Amino acid sequence: MGKVKCECGRLNPAGTILCESCGRALTEKAKQDKLVDMRYEGSARRSQTYNKTLIDKVWNFFSSVKVGIWIIVLLLVAASFGTILPQEFYLPSNVSAETYYEDVYGTFGKLYYMIGFHDLYNSVWFSALVAALGVSLVIASLDRVVPLYRALKNQRVDRHETFMKKQRFFAEREGKLEPAEWEKIKEALIKKRYKVRTENGALLAEKNRFTRWGPYVNHVGLIIFLLGALLRSVPGMYVDELLWIREGETLQVPGTNGEYYVKNNGFTLQNYKAGEDPEVFNEAIDRVGTVAKNYQTDAVLYRNKNNEMPGAEPELTRVQEDSIQVNQPMKFGQFAVYQTSFRQDEMKAMHFALTNKETGEEFGEVVIDLFDQQAAYDLGGGYKVELLGYYPDFDGFTKEGEPTSKSPLPNNPAFLFNMITPETPDGEVSFAQIRNTMEPLGETTFKMAFKSLDTRDVSALTIRKDLTLPILAAGGIIFMIGVIQGSYWNHRRLWIREKNGQVYAAGHTNKNWHGLKREIRSVLEGTSVPEPEDRQKE
Amino acid sequence: MVHLADASSTLLEAAFFFYLAATFLFGGAIRQKGLREGEALNRWGRLGIIVTIIGFAAQLGYFFTRWAAAGHAPVSNLFEFTTFFGMMIVGAFILLFFIYKTTVLGLFALPVAIIIIAYASMFPREINPLIPALQSHWLAIHVTTAAAGQGILAISFIAGMIFLVKNIDQATSTKKTKWLEAVMFFIVSVIAFILLTTGFAMADYKAEFEYVNKEEQAAEQEFTLPALVGPNEGTLLTKEKMEPLAHVPAFINAKKLNTVIWSLAGGVVLYVLIRLITRKRVAASLQPLVRQVSSDLLDEISYRSVLIGFPVFALGALIFAMIWAQIAWTRFWGWDPKEVWALITFLFYAAFLHLRLSKGWHGEKSAWLAVVGFGIIMFNLIAVNLVIAGLHSYA
Repeated sequence: MGKVKCECGRLNPAGTILCESCGRALTEKAKQDKLVDMRYEGSARRSQTYNKTLIDKVWNFFSSVKVGIWIIVLLLVAASFGTILPQEFYLPSNVSAETYYEDVYGTFGKLYYMIGFHDLYNSVWFSALVAALGVSLVIASLDRVVPLYRALKNQRVDRHETFMKKQRFFAEREGKLEPAEWEKIKEALIKKRYKVRTENGALLAEKNRFTRWGPYVNHVGLIIFLLGALLRSVPGMYVDELLWIREGETLQVPGTNGEYYVKNNGFTLQNYKAGEDPEVFNEAIDRVGTVAKNYQTDAVLYRNKNNEMPGAEPELTRVQEDSIQVNQPMKFGQFAVYQTSFRQDEMKAMHFALTNKETGEEFGEVVIDLFDQQAAYDLGGGYKVELLGYYPDFDGFTKEGEPTSKSPLPNNPAFLFNMITPETPDGEVSFAQIRNTMEPLGETTFKMAFKSLDTRDVSALTIRKDLTLPILAAGGIIFMIGVIQGSYWNHRRLWIREKNGQVYAAGHTNKNWHGLKREIRSVLEGTSVPEPEDRQKE
Repeated sequence: MVHLADASSTLLEAAFFFYLAATFLFGGAIRQKGLREGEALNRWGRLGIIVTIIGFAAQLGYFFTRWAAAGHAPVSNLFEFTTFFGMMIVGAFILLFFIYKTTVLGLFALPVAIIIIAYASMFPREINPLIPALQSHWLAIHVTTAAAGQGILAISFIAGMIFLVKNIDQATSTKKTKWLEAVMFFIVSVIAFILLTTGFAMADYKAEFEYVNKEEQAAEQEFTLPALVGPNEGTLLTKEKMEPLAHVPAFINAKKLNTVIWSLAGGVVLYVLIRLITRKRVAASLQPLVRQVSSDLLDEISYRSVLIGFPVFALGALIFAMIWAQIAWTRFWGWDPKEVWALITFLFYAAFLHLRLSKGWHGEKSAWLAVVGFGIIMFNLIAVNLVIAGLHSYA
């Protein structure tokens, strides 16, 4: 399509509704309208001009604000469904989602799981909606910002009377304006921080045009944010690991390719105590019972100097020491280590005494490290205990009478001992748990009596690297700038024109018409310019 | 410190009564138009705003003395947050009052703030120590900004409500009058909740139940309202208290459901009573109060509050929230129900702002949207905290 030439001589892009320069209506519809449609200044938007090819149709679909609103509404409705029942990733780790929803929530839960709402936010269709929003943001913005920029840049000071007459705020009067009056109005407008231009007996006062770019700036911010979120899936950008580490242990930091090691020097759990903590808390502590004050892991970070050399033994050098608390992660390089969870009093070692069942006499104590057992413990003097079997998480016996362990974690340790003494040189077999001994192969003279238990705490640390954060931050900042820029100012214009013995005055703002009205009134007060009236009143 | 805490409570009570007084003053002021430029406020209107500001100052006093007593910003439990939200509604009203000088806005905004503050007082009020996750400066930054945003957005609802009360034809019963009455009924139910809770608390009603919880373990629950519904396999431990009429499955919190049932039932009673006395719809009774104000202006106030509140809400409830979540919970976003509902609120008002670009979405439709938006905010405040348990349930 070719360009559209206006009577004023301006060559406008195809599809222009109001001449960029003088404001004359260029389409039949615009000529008929009582008031001009000032959205986007009547500029030529691609979506309103072309509708032939597939690209045109896709473009037009996504450039529509209506479509955009539909996407937003669908997203918010969809998002709400995900909060009806807890999402899969919030379930306790020891349950299976497949049965959990039905067990706890009945048929509704089963249905919820079957539809896939238990993992709604990771579903393909939810992602597709977010993607559609992204596409809409790009296309709808481009479709508007370019022509709007052109139209505002090319606007003339002396707009055609028809343009002024069709403004929402308009008034006219017969007569002339004295030069002194022009000056007075100009001054008043400048005082209100308008940019004032005059030409051929016409005046254009304009302020805060920059606020018109706010929506597009905030859309750019949102797009950057969405792109940043997309980058997370790029290898190397994101690490999310959980490390369970016992007190005293030194473990490789997952996600660092063996470069870093961390040692747990001790876990601390503190609760608030009436008497020690400020008195004002007493009432709350009384009512609730226990309130946690601090979860802390004292950690030492090491670097493996030999990490680059394949096959070499790790050589650890101390990098830093830190008390990791909730809200105070330990940071190193691109990583942060968080206090996420803990388990208190995990069994570490068990003490047994080799005891004569009848006399109660003890022949020495055996300390069994639950994480590092020996095959046999020599007590001297011909007394010796052999460890025939270790079942860290004892779960009963098989049909064949074989003891079983349901996990390698020492939750319920059990032992099969062979007790060798001068009296029983061939050994007696005893099966021992914390408060229970059994004699699977017949009655014995001796037993392994449980004495005591060593425990320690386990910290759960989250290791996080997220290189997308700076991008997300940039997106967030740009979004905020845009949304403030667009919300807290109004783009206002006032046109005054003297022509053929008539004085015309018209005003326009992109929002907050009451404010414009008050401002125009104070500017025109005491002049002979007619005060524009709102012609779109109730 | 304990003295400071006492002073703080007194200041809050004072604020409450100032707001109440200001409501009546604004009631006296509404005969005036007060919309035209150059038209000064009448004496009632001036007094109304002065008393409102005094009340606001008293509540600020409550806020900062409590902060000093606790050592942390008092926005850490449901009572503190909701009270602060009420204060932000008053603050936002003052802001918009100085832009538009409409007294009728105060006549509706202050009662809403009063109800919200009274509602807040139904939750445990003692100063509580902070759990590790809350020990951060971001508590003050994130929560106050989010509440400020919500407070400003609430003014949009109030202007929208006034618009609807004024413009919906009460001559015949229509779908619109019914929906508007539904909103009124909701407000009346909240009042019923406050009255019932206060009444039974004064009578010191307590009924202890033993029941089987979701994890199939024995647990206890104390009811402060007579149990219409009791917990799963619950047995009443306290003597001479009401036996529940029914028991709920384990995944439903019987105490909360019971409270909801009481509030709705109380709401019905109160609402029917009002209707019997006035012989009119509630909105119809309010209509004479709003006759003078211009619909155009209400529409603009409603839109303007969204324009002012939306950026504040986005900053507080999403951006600051994400920064803190990254520090405290290791990730900036985790689809926690509260997070999701903040996002829903954000998306809803984004849709609202985009609809304002379209023709035909000004005026009445826009006012309905403002009401729905506030509904979402209240849902996030009440239901998400109390019903959908997540990381944000501190109260």
